[in-house]
Amino acid sequence: MSTNENKDQFRPDDHANDHFLLTTVVGSYPKPKWLNRAKELYQDPDHGFDEDDYQEAKDDASRLITNEHERAGLDVVVDGEMRRNEMVEFFAHRIEGYEFNGPVKVWGHNYFDKPSVVSEVEYDESWLVDEYEFTADASDRPVKVPITGPYTLANWSFNEAYDDDDELTLELADLVNEEIEKLVDAGARYIQIDEPALATTPDDHAIVGEALEHIVEDIDEDVRIGLHVCYGDYSRIYPEILEFPVDEFDLELANGDYDQLDVFKDPEFSKDLALGVTDAHVAEVESVEQIEENIKKGLEVVPPEQLVVSPDCGVKLLPREVAYGKMANMVEAARNVEADLDEGNIDVERGAPTPADD
Amino acid sequence: MCRGSPLEGALDPGRVGQNYCGALTWMENIKRRYSLAGVTMTEYVSTTPGLFPLPDWAKDDLSDLKGHQKHDLISGDEDEAITAAYEEAREDVIDVQQSAGLDRVVEGQLRWDDMLAHPLAVHDAVETRGIVRYYDNNNFYREPVVSGDLEFSGDVASELETAAELADGDDLQAVLPGPYSLADLATDEHYGDDAEFLGAVAEFLAGEVDAFPDVETLFLLEPSLVEEPPEDGEDERASEAIDRVASAIDADVVVQPYWGALEEKVYAHLLDADIDAVGFDFVANQDDNIYNLQEYGATGDISLGLADGQNTLVEDPEAIRDRVDWVADQLQVTEFETTYLTTNTETFYLPYGKYVEKLEVLAEAADLAEVTAP
Repeated sequence: MSTNENKDQFRPDDHANDHFLLTTVVGSYPKPKWLNRAKELYQDPDHGFDEDDYQEAKDDASRLITNEHERAGLDVVVDGEMRRNEMVEFFAHRIEGYEFNGPVKVWGHNYFDKPSVVSEVEYDESWLVDEYEFTADASDRPVKVPITGPYTLANWSFNEAYDDDDELTLELADLVNEEIEKLVDAGARYIQIDEPALATTPDDHAIVGEALEHIVEDIDEDVRIGLHVCYGDYSRIYPEILEFPVDEFDLELANGDYDQLDVFKDPEFSKDLALGVTDAHVAEVESVEQIEENIKKGLEVVPPEQLVVSPDCGVKLLPREVAYGKMANMVEAARNVEADLDEGNIDVERGAPTPADD
Repeated sequence: MCRGSPLEGALDPGRVGQNYCGALTWMENIKRRYSLAGVTMTEYVSTTPGLFPLPDWAKDDLSDLKGHQKHDLISGDEDEAITAAYEEAREDVIDVQQSAGLDRVVEGQLRWDDMLAHPLAVHDAVETRGIVRYYDNNNFYREPVVSGDLEFSGDVASELETAAELADGDDLQAVLPGPYSLADLATDEHYGDDAEFLGAVAEFLAGEVDAFPDVETLFLLEPSLVEEPPEDGEDERASEAIDRVASAIDADVVVQPYWGALEEKVYAHLLDADIDAVGFDFVANQDDNIYNLQEYGATGDISLGLADGQNTLVEDPEAIRDRVDWVADQLQVTEFETTYLTTNTETFYLPYGKYVEKLEVLAEAADLAEVTAP
């Protein structure tokens, strides 16, 4: 069995099977209701619930969800993004050059505070080091840090200051790079860049790739860098994304019942595949057997040493017990597939890629 | 093809390619402009394509009253409390337009949860299904699936009736999706044939328009003409469908495509429709729009999308006026009877405060254009 050092650094010492299918989450997780209530109290000027109280609530929630991930058996945990409100807003509040002008419609009566870039973006306070250090202290397991990618940060903002969005994307990429350096200094070994905007504008993969070059500059190769891209027309970004300087692609494929799996079979998938094996948009817990079948879909694309197992996307919109059920079943399914692989019971045919010709 | 356009014969063919490929920036071009004073009798009309953002208080109140899910979206038979909230919001946005000094007042289309798909989304013969992406935006609407005859609805007419009362004598402008865009945003499970479906949508819109109170202007928004351009044969049918709707109303009709320029053939066919003005999104694309105008001419009136409806950067009124001049420079003619100045797109993408500022800029820019072009 061949090895994969970058992935194996996260293999638990007491891992029971020879094979190791790293289990993790994309990042977000349902917030406990009391945390939302605490936020309301904190925002109510007539209430005595102050900043320290709210900070304590967020700390408690982070510990709780990190622990929930451990209980589910995940190899690499996240705090469920308990301290983050929205994936663009959270970062825009921490980056110089952004301002907020009020909510805008996404659909129906769902709004978000889409920020405006009004001057040169600059790195100010650290974005995530405190969050990482707290989570790392709260768990004995490795911690992954999801960061909203610069393409999404640029695309989901109003750009008042830069000639075009590509220029803004690259400037933001440099700031992400600075943040990753600080996270690595603090001990982080697993970073995931989230680029949901790429799913809606797949033809922009070149600028996302260029931004990633900025993001990984001078970052130690041992640090695992993943890229999460939500469901979209993957045929428009593959195989080009194989050129991206990342170790892992985290893809949403359960949602479409693996209808796009073949896209990734030719040419050969040369990176690690973090395969979505439970659907983040269906509020029913898939059975262990079902998830095992889904995991085996991944083995049609990559050998076991390149396979990582994860939900399709952030699970924050699911009921919490459903989210937990999916995590727990996912881990059980992964361990079962590992055991089957150890015993040689799984014989998955991976298509021989078409040789490159003329 | 280029019927009676003010541009006919006005061009030196040698200039066309040069300008088309020149790709000069706004600023370079603005610097190059020369005075147009004394050669125009154009009326400059500040307006918008409607579909405004809700005032922030109404976002909160209507979220509470209606909810956040798909089945909570507008039905067409909303209850008293919801109706009252929309009425108050409608008063707000009409007041904003009047205070800004816009030359046309629109109803605001605040109830249009499904944006341009609204007239079908609330129709009895339509079932709404999943949430689908609204063009290339981070916005979504319910997919309207047509499952029966598209008979008269009257939903938009009744909105306009209330707006007419509030407009208090100011010139009212109606807003509708153009038939091509509305058909493009919907799914047909009844008519069974693209051409027949487009015809039915046009017939439906013509019926709606026929029920409108008196309006000065009708804007037909046609982004799909750019985003999903009609193919051979379909382009002619799109023009005929627009003609059908335009013919149903005694008002100036402006067809406003956006998010780029029309393909040449699509534009040429559009000029065959009995409309008063075509709109040009000069925010998204300058060269191809100018090329179309130079090559194929224009209608007697023109609508210029010059303020960015999707960016919070608020333009200077002077900059908008300069862009008006720039367009005129490129065409070497300034004999449009009416030039509408507008945002290129709907404005619901903007935070409310920025939307208000954009309207003020448009009104001021039209005033400036009138002054510089006596």
